[in-house]
Amino acid sequence: MSDYISHDHEHDGIDRRGFLKCMAWAGTGVLWTVSGGVLVSKTLAQIAKAGASLPAATDLSFLQISDSHIGFNKDANKDVTETFKIALDRINAMPTPPSFLIHTGDITQLSKPEEFDTFDEVLKNCRTKDVFYVPGEHDVLNDGGKLYRERYLKSVDAKGSGWYSFNKNGVHFIGLVNVLELQAGGLGQLGDEQLEWLEADVKGLGADTPLVVFAHIPLWTVYPQWGWGTSDSERALGCLKRFGSVTVLNGHIHQVLQKVDGNVTFHTALSTAFPQPAPGTAPSPGPMKVPAEKLRSMLGLTSVHYKQGNSALAVVDSNLS
Amino acid sequence: MITFIQKNKKAVFLTILVVLNFCLAAWGESAATVATGGDKKNTIEIKDFMFNPPSITVKSGETITWINHDDEPHTVVSVGKKFQKSSALDTDQEFTITAGAPGTYEYFCSVHPKMTGTIVVEK
Repeated sequence: MSDYISHDHEHDGIDRRGFLKCMAWAGTGVLWTVSGGVLVSKTLAQIAKAGASLPAATDLSFLQISDSHIGFNKDANKDVTETFKIALDRINAMPTPPSFLIHTGDITQLSKPEEFDTFDEVLKNCRTKDVFYVPGEHDVLNDGGKLYRERYLKSVDAKGSGWYSFNKNGVHFIGLVNVLELQAGGLGQLGDEQLEWLEADVKGLGADTPLVVFAHIPLWTVYPQWGWGTSDSERALGCLKRFGSVTVLNGHIHQVLQKVDGNVTFHTALSTAFPQPAPGTAPSPGPMKVPAEKLRSMLGLTSVHYKQGNSALAVVDSNLS
Repeated sequence: MITFIQKNKKAVFLTILVVLNFCLAAWGESAATVATGGDKKNTIEIKDFMFNPPSITVKSGETITWINHDDEPHTVVSVGKKFQKSSALDTDQEFTITAGAPGTYEYFCSVHPKMTGTIVVEK
């Protein structure tokens, strides 16, 4: 496939085909753009299927990566550090790098210091330096998240067990922790202290402020039989209802799922480590073994590009990797 | 005194438990052999995000060992903190406790709290 530019409407050296191709390279994550103050949250697959147009102007772009599970070495992926590196290579290959990254948890497999060390070392190779984190349950296994908080909350004003908010380009970002103090038989949990903080945090914001809420375990009930949900997320969403645009970004389930409920768009990201089965399709949600040649496609390295002039547009080209 | 302890290891062991009012005493894997002599081996297999058997009945003083067969770490945590929790068990790792006072003990995996189990300790 050639790389010529067929239409350069914006005179910026990249056409629609090229842009989609670059997005495909960033297949390890989901590209979120804020255009004209309104958050546009579409997955590559969604754009591809619907033939929807991309935002014309981009004021802010960032990238979500998730579930790197550094330290995992079982059959589902013997070298998760390598696939994490590939993910960063894809980000580095973007002509316009994202403003920052959001990592939605499970940095490590077993919360070991050497696993965090490996992650940090590899991440140094990423051109995009700003990264915002929330912990996964794998990051807080034996110390309640102490080590995680020491390492990954330096650039934010974190409260409680590590939740925080910040503003970028008129968008209000909220990072929540729902992997601590879990109860027998239960789901992910935010807890009263965090919920009270959240209610106070958004109180003074205008309803037209776009919100991005990110946490590890889905803040919507994906599949409670596997614990894929957060028991008190309803209360959190209750205080976000008045906002015109709320985008909820989660990880944990190692697959892309999306739901739109009113003004709230829920989205879960792919892992850079290993896939997990679709809800209810396996005895357990454990790491899913797939043929070696298929693994990277399950990690979101599926390449997509747009066929000019054709409304049905998805093209998958594995040669890009 | 040393001889006494060796001969009556189990009796002294149980007395200490009662004195200290432990409901269940948890020992690390290295200490598990202390109280295993002649006792029935009670094993709970962790597979496919389940404790199997989900409910187990043991006699006070017997050991209980969990072994994780999943490619995912799991923990063993007592509801109400009635016995010492395990650290995260990676694949093929084990955790052993010694059953103390009779009663029913609920436990779960703090990583995947949908995973629950029960220990019934009899005299």
